Amino acid sequence: MSVVVRTQPDPSAEASSGHLESVRGMLRERPSVVLGLALLAFFILVALLGPLIEPYSTAAQSGPVYGPPSLRHWFGLDDGGIDMFSETIQGARISLLVGGAATLVSLLIGGTIGIASGYFGGVIDTVLMRITDFFLVIPSLVLMIVVAALWGPSVTHVIFVIGLLLWTTTARVIRAQVKSLRERGFVSHARSFGATSRRIILRHILPHVAPLLIANMILMVANAIFDETTLDFLGLGSASAVTWGTLLEHANDRTAVSYGAWWAFVPPGVCIALVIVACYLVGQALEDSLNPRLRVAHISTKFWRIQQVAQTLRSAEPAGRGRTGPLKDRK
Amino acid sequence: MGVRGLLKRVAFAIATIFVAITINFFLFRVLPGSAITNWARVPNSTPQLQHLLKAQFGLDKPKIDQYFLYLNQLFHGNLGVSFANQQPVLGNLVAALRNTIPLVTIATIIASLLGLWTGVLSARRRGSLVDHASTSVAVVLYALPTQWIGLGFLVLLGRYLPSAGMSSVFTFTTPTPWQHFLDIAKHMILPCATLVLTIYGGNTLIIRSALLEIVGEDFILTARAKGLAPRTIMGSHALRNAVLPIVTLFALSFGYIVAGTILVEIVFTWPGIGSALYNAVVARDYPMMQGGFLVITVSVIFFNLVADILYSRLDPRIRE
Repeated sequence: MSVVVRTQPDPSAEASSGHLESVRGMLRERPSVVLGLALLAFFILVALLGPLIEPYSTAAQSGPVYGPPSLRHWFGLDDGGIDMFSETIQGARISLLVGGAATLVSLLIGGTIGIASGYFGGVIDTVLMRITDFFLVIPSLVLMIVVAALWGPSVTHVIFVIGLLLWTTTARVIRAQVKSLRERGFVSHARSFGATSRRIILRHILPHVAPLLIANMILMVANAIFDETTLDFLGLGSASAVTWGTLLEHANDRTAVSYGAWWAFVPPGVCIALVIVACYLVGQALEDSLNPRLRVAHISTKFWRIQQVAQTLRSAEPAGRGRTGPLKDRK
Repeated sequence: MGVRGLLKRVAFAIATIFVAITINFFLFRVLPGSAITNWARVPNSTPQLQHLLKAQFGLDKPKIDQYFLYLNQLFHGNLGVSFANQQPVLGNLVAALRNTIPLVTIATIIASLLGLWTGVLSARRRGSLVDHASTSVAVVLYALPTQWIGLGFLVLLGRYLPSAGMSSVFTFTTPTPWQHFLDIAKHMILPCATLVLTIYGGNTLIIRSALLEIVGEDFILTARAKGLAPRTIMGSHALRNAVLPIVTLFALSFGYIVAGTILVEIVFTWPGIGSALYNAVVARDYPMMQGGFLVITVSVIFFNLVADILYSRLDPRIRE
């Protein structure tokens, strides 16, 4: 009698259809997600079309200094008589580019650290998580400011500075997920068949954490754009690039307030807020539907880091110690 | 929490501060491209001062010796001399912190009370119009850039309230202490309001969801089944348990706010730690930049530690 050894069917195939189902359910449950997606699509479209839909050049004056909004200049004019509508469109390009690129950098770092930490455990986990804790605790924005100031103003530098300091939450979320994944049957099956760690990570772990990574990425974009706006506002971005942050900086530096020229800073600010709300709606809903246990973990992207620390404290203690402690005493 | 747990947490905080100091040193003086190779080069200073700095920080010695000298000087409160005003960095930073602390403290208290109020309100009437309105406002406030809110206040109210600096210049009269206090308070209104709105959004959302998590627990159902008044359930059952994440949040956000104040201080030219850092960046005043980063980082780590300790004090499950 022969024994047929059968491996479990690769669960990633089912998983993806399961994810699709949960995403569909989420759309039904939360109509606000559609709004978020529409907003994101709109801004990405604007950024892509950029030069085609800018009504005026952003390099030359097209009207009076601080001219108010009119039919010819929908968003008014700035301190150089440059059309604000065109500048806001151009700002979308660089702000979204920097936000997206910085997020990719941080995703790469955070994903790698999270997977390595969760999969290998032991000393690697301890060391990587100590490093993560350190970056979680120090005020990243201040470190970004200092590094960007020392490195010199440029768009590439801003991307890397943000990306290199933004990965902590990604690492934590992914680590937790990978840790639970590696105890699942299909991973130990694969291992018993002699699959290398590399193969297990690439073929079995990665497909499972990918959706979570994507959800996390959308939330991170909001953070990256926030940080980018701040760095640009401090004059640490490229001096020549038009971004939403530099538009705010110019409004603050150059007498827009004493002119009462609210149109010099309202459009970029509203755009930033819309993009961040959109990322927040989509990212949070995605993550909730993919991983219900995380539901409480983040209420908002900015304060999420704080909640993460609180969670870290909680998880730092061995599970169940609180309950077994008193019992032991009674013995 | 036992002494051991306390010691463990303090040790982690100290280790973190030490790493931050080390990064701070290497960032400014060792990494290629760090501009500050010679921070004795204080513009417009006397040769004696330059000589003294060179000796104190061993600027002609190898980097590793410089590192230990830096630690030694740091331990004695010597952070170098500001390029901008030729004063000791520490004195400048202490003066700046003294202006930041009242602003941040008042804003945090107001934002916390407001956040508690609306957070409880929307958790109690989950799904109601009040809940939706309060949550939407909170999300929008949270998403708006701080500097944008500040600029908005300036355009709307800049005519009626002082919009820059911390106090007026009294040219012809000497102000009484009371007048001086009132003057500063008036200057504080707009920056404080901006900071409140910035913090408030996140606070409300966190309190609401902390409460909602607890309202779903069985003991709340029991309390309701016992026929307790909703007020009692919310007050002594739900809120008491939700106090845990809330306290952590407030202590932690205090640390973050110190960093976040930078934007508010720049918009309103409030002479605090944020402005100090910004001016150092603009003027390439490296000793000030290094000192500012250190002070902000240490204060954030400190508040993290406080939150950590409070957290385990309040939650008996975590006590060791």
